[in-house]
Order: sequence, then C-alpha cells, then structure tokens
Amino acid sequence: MLLKSLKKRENELANTKRQLELLSKGVFETGELPKFSAQLETLKQFPLKPKTLEILQINVGYMCNQVCAHCHVDAGPDRKEIMTRETMQQCLDVIKKTGAHTLDLTGGAPEMNPDFRWFVEEATKIGVKDFIVRSNLTIITANKKYYDLPEFFKKHQIHVISSMPHWTKGKTDKQRGDGVFKASIKALTMLNAVGYGMPGSGLKLDLVYNPSGAFLPGDQGALESDFKKALLSDFNIQFHQLFSITNLPISRFLDYLIASDNYEDYMYSLVEAFNPAAVENVMCTNTLSVSWDGWLYDCDFNQMLGLKVNSSVQHITNFNKEALENRIICISQHCYGCTAGAGSSCQGTVT
Amino acid sequence: MSKSYYDPSDLRKFGNITEWNEELGGKFFDYYGKVFEEGALTAREKSLIALAVSHVVKCPYCIDAYTQDGLQRGITKEEMMEAVHAGAAIESGATLVHSVQMMNKYEKLSM
Repeated sequence: MLLKSLKKRENELANTKRQLELLSKGVFETGELPKFSAQLETLKQFPLKPKTLEILQINVGYMCNQVCAHCHVDAGPDRKEIMTRETMQQCLDVIKKTGAHTLDLTGGAPEMNPDFRWFVEEATKIGVKDFIVRSNLTIITANKKYYDLPEFFKKHQIHVISSMPHWTKGKTDKQRGDGVFKASIKALTMLNAVGYGMPGSGLKLDLVYNPSGAFLPGDQGALESDFKKALLSDFNIQFHQLFSITNLPISRFLDYLIASDNYEDYMYSLVEAFNPAAVENVMCTNTLSVSWDGWLYDCDFNQMLGLKVNSSVQHITNFNKEALENRIICISQHCYGCTAGAGSSCQGTVT
Repeated sequence: MSKSYYDPSDLRKFGNITEWNEELGGKFFDYYGKVFEEGALTAREKSLIALAVSHVVKCPYCIDAYTQDGLQRGITKEEMMEAVHAGAAIESGATLVHSVQMMNKYEKLSM
C-alpha cells in the first residue's frame, strides 16, 4: 500500500530524465523492439504534427487525497504543486480565444485546489461546449466541505469523469488504496441522486477504467456492459459511458512495472498491439495540456515527463494558437500506450 | 538454445511456426482467430473455456496467455479459479469413471 509519492520518497524515477533514459534503453536500444519514431516513419507520420486544437486540459495541481499505485502524475497528499488564481486567470483568458470546444480539468484531485470553485464559476461564464472535471470520487466523501460537490457540479452543468478500475472491491482497493471502493460507491450514489449518470440525463457521468496491473485494457464496449450490469445489480448505480485507458509506462506505473519484473513484457504487449489507425487520432493532435505553473505540453503524460511543447511558445502567458499549431509533437516510447489496440486517450479509445 | 523445455518468451514467437509451413500455419491461425470471435458464445465465455482447457492440457504458454486475456476482459480471479475447477473436475471424473470398468472386471473375475 503506497502512502507517499515517488518524489517524497526521493525515488530515482521522480527524476523525469531518468524515466526518459529508461524508455530509450534496453529492448529499444538493442533494436529488439522498434522505437516509436521508427513506427511513425514507416507510416510516413513522422514528425507528428497537431491538428486543430479541440481540448484544453488544465492540471490545477498534483495534490490528491489518494496515492494510486498506477498514477502517472505521482500525485498524493504530499504534493504541494497547486495552480494559483493568477495562472487560472491566464488560462481563462486563453480559453476565451482558443475556440477549443472542451475544457478538461484534472489533477491530482482538482477539487483540492483552494481556487477550484472560483475557477469553475469563471470558466462556466465563457461557455465551452463540454466542461469536464476529472473527479477521483473519494474526494466527495473525504471531508464535509466537499459533500456538496455533486450539487456544485450540477449547478455548473459539469461533465464528471471518474476513475473506477473494477466493479469489485478487491481490485479497486489494490490499485487505489484501502477503502477507495466503498467511498467511490458512496460518491457515485450521491452523484446519481442529483441526476448524474441517469439514463437520458444531461448531467454526464462517465467512468474511466485503467487496468489494475501489467496488462492492456480489453474491449471498451464489453467492459462498459460488464461494469453497467455489475454496478446496477450490486449497488443500483448508473453511469453513461466507460472510457478504457491504457496505463502508460511512466512515473509510478513504470516504477511498478520495473519492480514487478513486468517492464519488458509490457513494452512487448504495447508494441505488438501497435495500431496505425490509432496514430491518426492520438489525443496530442487535438489537445494541449497546461501544468499547475502554466507551462504547455502536448499531453498530460508529456507534462509528467517534463517534455514541454517544442515551440517558441511554451507558457500560457504568451499563448499563440498559430505558433502552437505549427509545432512538432514530442514523442518517446511511452507513446506506444496511446496507440495500442483500439488506442487510448483521456476520452477512451480513439478508433 | 535454452537449457529448459519451456521459455516464457517463446510464446511471443508462436507466430513464427508459419515460417516452416506457411499454408498449414496460416490456416491454423485463421481458424484460431475465428474460434475466439464473438459467436453464440461471448468472447469472454470462450476465454474462460480456453483457460480451463489450458490447465487440462497443462500448457504453460496457454495458461500465461489466457490469464492475461482474462485480466484484460475484467474476468475476476474467482471466475478464473471456478473455470479451472470445472476443467479439473472433468479431468478427474474421466479418471474416476474408468473405475466402473475396474469394478466390472473385479466382479467378473471374483466368485
């Protein structure tokens, strides 16, 4: 059971350069497996370039009430990186002029940012089509001050996306921590009670499924139907869609893969499942990720690897849509996680 | 060459068997792929059958493959173990049902 982040434990993988080094060595250095760039070259997709910006994903801080074993953010209660209201204001100014139809708030637990509610209220006024908050569910039940979050989300017509690795307690708690399953079920019940996730309801509640171990997600549709059946019959809980997301070999999941001697086999699985059709729609081609301190990244994963956008514009303060659309997307072997099987993104499969 | 008969990484090379007989290897993999598609049985049900049979035929490669396949499909360990017991029950039943022959023979030879 993890209690501290890699950073707090001063684990060598808290150093992003060390992670990138590992991802380029071993089976990729010997040529046993092709590098991601080589696969793109074969497809004549190298270098990878963005399309129109559709999604602005803002990470409002790495602080979280959970310490999940697979977390690519290395989030936890000991992480103090939190977006200030000043940076939030800069994000609001950018949202107004980007034309992105989706605003996606993530963390950590975004709700733990002291200015979270102010930011949501201000961003709602701008009127994006789809306003997502990635809630870990347990935060809703963690403290009295969060109990009204379902009502707050409803008031602002927030699209709630929450993590749920399995419909059984054992698997969920093993990945996300003791007691997480019970608290998640309670939070889902509270969300259902205000109308979230109910059939025909405009209050969207989607779940995210991450495999709880060194294997790839199965068919998203089949998993969705199993989740729906089990959560309804066991707990009378309803939700809209299930997004299955592949765990990328970075941060705490990379640490787990190495410690459990699964790293090489996992990389083989990802490379063997490489799907050229998924390359067409990888999320870095329509998304920009903003960190708590305002830096810009191709995706949340590149953010956690410290790979800032390869552009003259790297910070929210001098955001320039045209300059950013002309950039080249930073890649490494972790990108295989987004192109395996049916593909993977923060919105689930991509094919 | 490895000094042991089973090397887990050999599973990755399964597809290479077509190199020595493309026609038969190809037909086998086509058949194999077709068998595990959704049909009257779901792919999930077939995965559990495959896991049970893997144990009965004692194939370590198949056990690795179908344990992983089950995990990917969200199959629980309780379901997996029940499937293995179903296979084991048939296997031990197949042994035990032969004891009727033993009993028959015993009776026939005894006064």
